[in-house]
Amino acid sequence: MSGQRAAVLGTGQTKHEAKREDVSIGGLVHEAAERALADAELDWADIDAVVIGKAPDMFEGVMMPELYLAEALGAVGKPMTRVHTAGSVGGSTSVIATHLVQSGIHRRVLTVAFEKQSESNAMWALSIHLPFSQPLVAGAGGYFAPIVRGYIRKSQAPLDTGFKVALKDRLNALKNPYAHLHQPEITLEGIATSPLLWDPIRYAETCPSSDGAAAMVIGDEASAAASSRPVAWVHGTALRSEPTMGAGRDRVNPHAGRDCAAALYAEAGITDPLHEIDCAEIYVPFSWFEPMWLENLGFADEGTGWKMVQDGATALDGDLPVNMSGGVLSSNPIGASGMIRFLEAANQVRGTAGEHQVKDARRALGHAYGGGSQYFAMWVVGAEKP
Amino acid sequence: MRPVAVVSYAQHASAREDNRNEVEILLPVLREALEPTGLTTQDIGFTVSGSSDYLAGQAFAFVSALDAVGPWPPIAESHVEMDGAFALYEAWVRLQHGDIDTALVYAFGKSSPGDIARVLSLQLDPYLVGPLWPDAVSLAALQARALLDADGIGEKDLARVVARDRRNAAGNPHAQVSEQTDEATLLAEPLYADPLRKHDCPPVSDGAAVVVLAAGDRARELAERPAWIRGIDHRIEGQYVGSRDLTVSASTRIAAQRAGVDGRADLAELHAPFSHQELILLEALGLDEDTTAVNPSGGALVSNPVMVAGLVRIGEAARRVSAGEGQRAVAHATSGPCLQQNLVCVLEAEQ
Repeated sequence: MSGQRAAVLGTGQTKHEAKREDVSIGGLVHEAAERALADAELDWADIDAVVIGKAPDMFEGVMMPELYLAEALGAVGKPMTRVHTAGSVGGSTSVIATHLVQSGIHRRVLTVAFEKQSESNAMWALSIHLPFSQPLVAGAGGYFAPIVRGYIRKSQAPLDTGFKVALKDRLNALKNPYAHLHQPEITLEGIATSPLLWDPIRYAETCPSSDGAAAMVIGDEASAAASSRPVAWVHGTALRSEPTMGAGRDRVNPHAGRDCAAALYAEAGITDPLHEIDCAEIYVPFSWFEPMWLENLGFADEGTGWKMVQDGATALDGDLPVNMSGGVLSSNPIGASGMIRFLEAANQVRGTAGEHQVKDARRALGHAYGGGSQYFAMWVVGAEKP
Repeated sequence: MRPVAVVSYAQHASAREDNRNEVEILLPVLREALEPTGLTTQDIGFTVSGSSDYLAGQAFAFVSALDAVGPWPPIAESHVEMDGAFALYEAWVRLQHGDIDTALVYAFGKSSPGDIARVLSLQLDPYLVGPLWPDAVSLAALQARALLDADGIGEKDLARVVARDRRNAAGNPHAQVSEQTDEATLLAEPLYADPLRKHDCPPVSDGAAVVVLAAGDRARELAERPAWIRGIDHRIEGQYVGSRDLTVSASTRIAAQRAGVDGRADLAELHAPFSHQELILLEALGLDEDTTAVNPSGGALVSNPVMVAGLVRIGEAARRVSAGEGQRAVAHATSGPCLQQNLVCVLEAEQ
C-alpha cells in the first residue's frame, strides 16, 4: 500500500437515464454527492476537499465546468481539483482523491464524476477533424471494432461470446435500480439479430448514452473508525498510460493495462488474482471487451478469456462475477462510468450492493480504461484493513 | 510533510505559433527541463499535466501531447483540465506517499487560434450567464471598476503596476512586451474596456512549461540549489461575480495562510492576467512591494499562455531561488473569472 490507509466511507449515484431534463449539470452532480454524504452519515462541512472528473468538456459544451460547479458541490473555500484522463477519468479521479487522503493532507475527500450527454452530442465531439491528423468519423465504435476483430482472429473465440456478455450484463442490470437500461424482455436471439453497427459489434452489444453522476467519500483511518457504516478499505491503486501512436503497441492486450494490473496486484499483495479477488467491475463499453480485459488483467491466459464467458464463470453466481451492476453496457454517463466501476466494487465489499450483491465478497476490483485503449486506472478494495 | 523541491524548469512562450502544434512546442521544452537532471521519462515516478481541450478545439487534446513525453514502456500518469500549477500540486501530493522520489509536471496551450476572451466565457454557468457571452476582459473590467470605486486605489496605481511589469520584462526572453515607460505615458492611452486600457490586459500567448520535482536527498543529487516547496495550497470560490466581493481575494487569503505566507519574501511571482488583480493579490497575500520584488519576470501582463502561465510563476520563482536571487519566494496561480480559484506556493533555498 502506498502512503497512509484510506477507505470508502460512502457512495452515491443518480438513476442513469438518456435525458435528465429535470436537472441542470449542477443539480445532477449535487444529487450524487448528497447521496454519498448521506450514505457516509456525513455533512458537507465534514468534507476537506473536492475532486471532480469528467470526459471531454465538449460533451456538454462547458469549458472546465468544475469552476461553475464549485457551489453545487459545496467546495467554496476548499481545494477543488478537476481530473481528465479520457474514458478512464472516473477511475483516475477516484485514485487522485485517494492520494489526497493517503498523503495525509486531508481527512475526508468528496470525489464526483459525471456526464450529461443529453446537453450535447458526444459522437460529434469525438469526430472533429483536425488538419494533418487521421479522421475518426465513426465515434468510439468505429475505433474499437477493428481491435475486436483482431481479438477474434487471434483467439479463435466463438462469435456468440459477445452476445453472451451483453445478455449477462443486461440481466444483471435488472437487479440494479440505478442502471439506465432495464430490458426484461432481452434474449440471446434478440442480441444476435440486432443491427450490425461496426462489424462485428451489433447494436445490443454497445453501451447507451446516459446522463448520470457518481460520488464517493474517501476518508482516513480515523474517519473510517469513527463511522458506523461499513467501509471499503483501499488495498491498492494504479495508473498507467501509453502513447497513441507506436509500432510496438498491442491494442488487443495493451502493455499499459498489463503493467497497471501488475503494479496494482503488487501493492495489494495479490499473487493469484482469479482466486484472491471475489468479483470485478470492469470497463466494458462493447461486449467483446469483457474477454479481452479478463486476459489483460491476468484473470485468464492470453487467448482464453472467452472461455470464462462461455463457461458462465463471469455470471453473478460464477467463479469471478464481472459487472454485477450491469456494467457500462447498461449505463454510460462517460465521465462517471469509471467511477461507477470503482464505487460498485466498494459497495460489494461493504455488503451494500443490494440485489446484485455477490455473497461474501471480501475483495473486489474496479477498472477503467480510456483513449485508444491506452489510459488505465484500477483499484482493489477489501472488507478488511490492509 | 516530506520535503519536495523544484529541481529543474523550462518554458517556451511566444505571441503566435503558426507552424507548430502543441506536441511540437512541448517536445524541446521537455528536453530542456529533463537534460540537466539526467533523468529520462522512464526514471520519473509520476507524470502529470495540465491543459484545456477548448484551447485546441479538440476533445482529448492532452492525449496526443502525451506522445511528446514518449511513454513507452507505459508510465504512471494523470492529467488535470486546469493550469499546470494545479498539476504540480497533484504531483507534490503524490510525492508525499514516500514510495517515489521524482515527478514530471508539464502544461501547454495555444491561445492564438481562437478569440481567447470569448472562449473563456464558456467557463461560465451554461444556463444563466454563459448565454450572455460576457468575455473575460469585460468581467475583469467590472472587477477593476469595483476596486477603483471601493477604496483609495486609482487609475495611477494600475499604471504603476503595468510600468513595473514592463520594465521587469527586459530580462525575460519570453516576454512579448518590454519597455521603459512611466505612468503618465500609460495613462495617455485610450480606454479599452473601461476602466482598463489595453496594457492592463494580458497579451495573447502560446506556450509550454515543464517542472521536475524531487523529494529529499534525491533533490540534492539532481540540483545544486533546489528550490524547496515549504508550503502549497489552493482554494476555490463561487463563480457568480454578483455574489462575491470582487475587490478582495478570499480564496488567496486562505491558501496563503495555509501555505505559510508570512510577509517575508524576497520575491513574488503573481499570476494576475489584469493589472488591478496584482493589487488585490498583494493585499490578500500580505506582501509589501517595498520589501518584496513583485513579478521580476514581468508576470502575466507580458506573457500569458493560458493553462501554462500559473506553472510558469512557480517555475520562475524557483529558478530565481535556485540562481541565488532570493532566499524565499511566493508563487501564485489563478483560474476562472475574476480570480475565482487560487493556488499559493512558498519556495525557499536550503538554509
